Amino acid sequence: MMTNNSNAVAETYNYKVVKQFTVMTVIWGIVGMLVGVIIAAQLVWPQLNFDLPWLTYSRLRPLHTNAVIFAFGGSALMATSFYVVQRTCQVRLFSDKLAAFVFWGWTLVILLAAVTLPLGITTSKEYAELEWPIDILIAVVWVAYAIVFFGTILQRKVKHIYVANWFYGAFILTVAVLHIVNSAALPVTMTKSYSVYAGTVDAMVQWWYGHNAVGFFLTAGFLGIMYYFIPKQVGKPVYSYRLSVVHFWALISTYMWAGPHHLHYTALPDWTQSLGMAFSLILLAPSWGGMINGIMTLSGAWYKLRQDPILKFLVVSLSFYGMSTFEGPMMSIKTVNALSHYTDWTIGHVHSGALGWVALVSIGAMYFLIPKVFNREQMYSIKFMEMHFWISTLGIVLYIAAMWIAGVMQGLMWRAVNSDGTLTYSFVESLEATYPYYFVRLLGGLLFFSGMLLMAYNMYKTINGSPIRDKMPDLEGAESPLANPAVAGGQS
Amino acid sequence: MSSFWSNYIIIITLLNIFGCLWLIKWASKKRAGEANEGDVTGHVWDENLEELNNPLPRWWLWLFYITIAFSLIYFFFYPGLGNVKGNFGWSQVDQYEQEVAQANKEYGPLFAKYAATPITELAKDKKANEIGQRLFLTYCSTCHGSDAKGARGFPNLTDKDWLYGGSPEAIKTTIMNGRNGMMPAMGAALGGDKGIDEVANYVMSLSGRKVDESKAAAGKARFEMMCAACHLASGKGNQALGAANLTDNIWLYGGSAGVIKQTITNGRSGKMPAHKNFLGEDKSHLLAAYIYSLSN
Repeated sequence: MMTNNSNAVAETYNYKVVKQFTVMTVIWGIVGMLVGVIIAAQLVWPQLNFDLPWLTYSRLRPLHTNAVIFAFGGSALMATSFYVVQRTCQVRLFSDKLAAFVFWGWTLVILLAAVTLPLGITTSKEYAELEWPIDILIAVVWVAYAIVFFGTILQRKVKHIYVANWFYGAFILTVAVLHIVNSAALPVTMTKSYSVYAGTVDAMVQWWYGHNAVGFFLTAGFLGIMYYFIPKQVGKPVYSYRLSVVHFWALISTYMWAGPHHLHYTALPDWTQSLGMAFSLILLAPSWGGMINGIMTLSGAWYKLRQDPILKFLVVSLSFYGMSTFEGPMMSIKTVNALSHYTDWTIGHVHSGALGWVALVSIGAMYFLIPKVFNREQMYSIKFMEMHFWISTLGIVLYIAAMWIAGVMQGLMWRAVNSDGTLTYSFVESLEATYPYYFVRLLGGLLFFSGMLLMAYNMYKTINGSPIRDKMPDLEGAESPLANPAVAGGQS
Repeated sequence: MSSFWSNYIIIITLLNIFGCLWLIKWASKKRAGEANEGDVTGHVWDENLEELNNPLPRWWLWLFYITIAFSLIYFFFYPGLGNVKGNFGWSQVDQYEQEVAQANKEYGPLFAKYAATPITELAKDKKANEIGQRLFLTYCSTCHGSDAKGARGFPNLTDKDWLYGGSPEAIKTTIMNGRNGMMPAMGAALGGDKGIDEVANYVMSLSGRKVDESKAAAGKARFEMMCAACHLASGKGNQALGAANLTDNIWLYGGSAGVIKQTITNGRSGKMPAHKNFLGEDKSHLLAAYIYSLSN
């Protein structure tokens, strides 16, 4: 047995980059969600932009989406994928230098976004607003990320590739293709470019990118997290290998077609819209495959949910995942979309996925990772983790319920007609009717945000002052039940 | 779309769908030497990560089959496979045109009845004005405001000041055909800051505002030479051109000295879109009556 454990781990695996991304996940989460709370408040009190162009809703909104998706979500994906690929391949990262480049490069991208978006520098493509010099930097960093990840896979000391790595791999490969194709542009100045696509084709490329960003960044990548952290935390085998094979290939092939459902009843040709709708419906079963595999992994160990907040985060995230991947196909049906499109229902749907699935599964994984990579017994306060869980869940429920009601109400108000065929409500009346729901949404967002502050405090106290592990738990398995339930409950 | 691309789409669409079915079949087959159902597969990662060899859940498979069957049936009836139109011959343009035709059939007679009534009379009809207001709130309020009092660059419709005329016919023409307001940039023609300043002083004097008399006097000569062609020597404007009346102290873009100088220097262009094609004459007639009623 080793005596100096942290050194031994450090020699085996590159935990430095994992630590960096883990800490930044929490910090970027706070930043991104703070901007979200600000713009939610602006919808209730528009004067909160203080008449400053840099603080207008139109500029802060893309800052919010970029920060939560690419800074918070991206850091969570990079932290976990670097951790998981090393541990499941039993080999150190392909290159420490490249891994460091990925971290600092990604940080630079985020900082550039935080400067350029409030300045109003934008391509105006949703979720791809950053201008061409930053796009090139993203492409370079992403290629480095791919080299580190796949290089590590190639050097693995285990014959088979673990299922989590399939999902991470698909996410890394596809996001590279999506980003490069959709961001293709003709530069005019350093801060201005024009898309190489025109008109409807531009719209279709944008939503092929946009929906696959959801599919591969926010779904496949986070399913990679799920496939490692749930069985690890439960200490039980993944429910079905066969299911993982089928739902993986079905998911990544059908997702590619679903984009046109963002462009129902537009200039897009009829056949393209129908294809998008049909494939969105086929997508339901492959999406649910991941949920089934995660939740059924708990069979026989459900009691663990009671005392383990990490598991609560992970399992509830799967419930929200199942809910929003059911809601998505339903909303892609043309007749449903005719009601839901352009309303706040879409915002509710996105946030049930973003807060309920992406954020909760990331938070669960971070609570797992922080003590592991910083070599602590466990998180500083289990009670704070419990509180965080309940505050977040309440916040999500308030948020999405408010947006559902508001969205359906708006859709119905917009289509209501009088006996003379004129519209019953003007647009501004529907806006006025939405105010109470905007307020409830703000409350929900504030709750979720405050949970992140609690997490940051807990993380800080864990890193600074929690007892250091004196054994090498990952090799010996002697530690507290919470930090490694596999030992306490799973295997005998 | 050429038949090549159409066939290309059909082939990859069906390949993907039938590929899913093949995948299910492939994964359901038991292979020699494979673990029994419910057992672990035998692969282990990171000390304790394992997978069970459970079969695909039956209810989940049914869900998958149903969505695939639905899609294939849908493609039979609706467009989706390249150039194949689908058995129903549906298109979104047809659907739109049918709905518009249906609405015209249902509501058309009501508006036709109002269209036969002169605007001056219609403006006194309470019911007609209620409908007119609803049309206004849908089509006009975005620029002119819910109360029709306008905003910077968008005229107030409740006063007696009209750029293109306030007669019933003029209002209706404005709604149907739209207007293109164009005040050319005069900065260079007026010889720079001095000339602009003088003309601005004169323009403000027209509505009785306090100005620098000597500048205004100098501006008068410039005005008559450069501006009177449109705004007339009196400054009362010309509705045939949409040239604003400068004597009533009503300002479309703002009446401060600075803004007036800006208007003179850089010009202005305003656009009222044409509504003939999507509102039709009958509704434009009713809308004109409502707007006429606001100031009469």
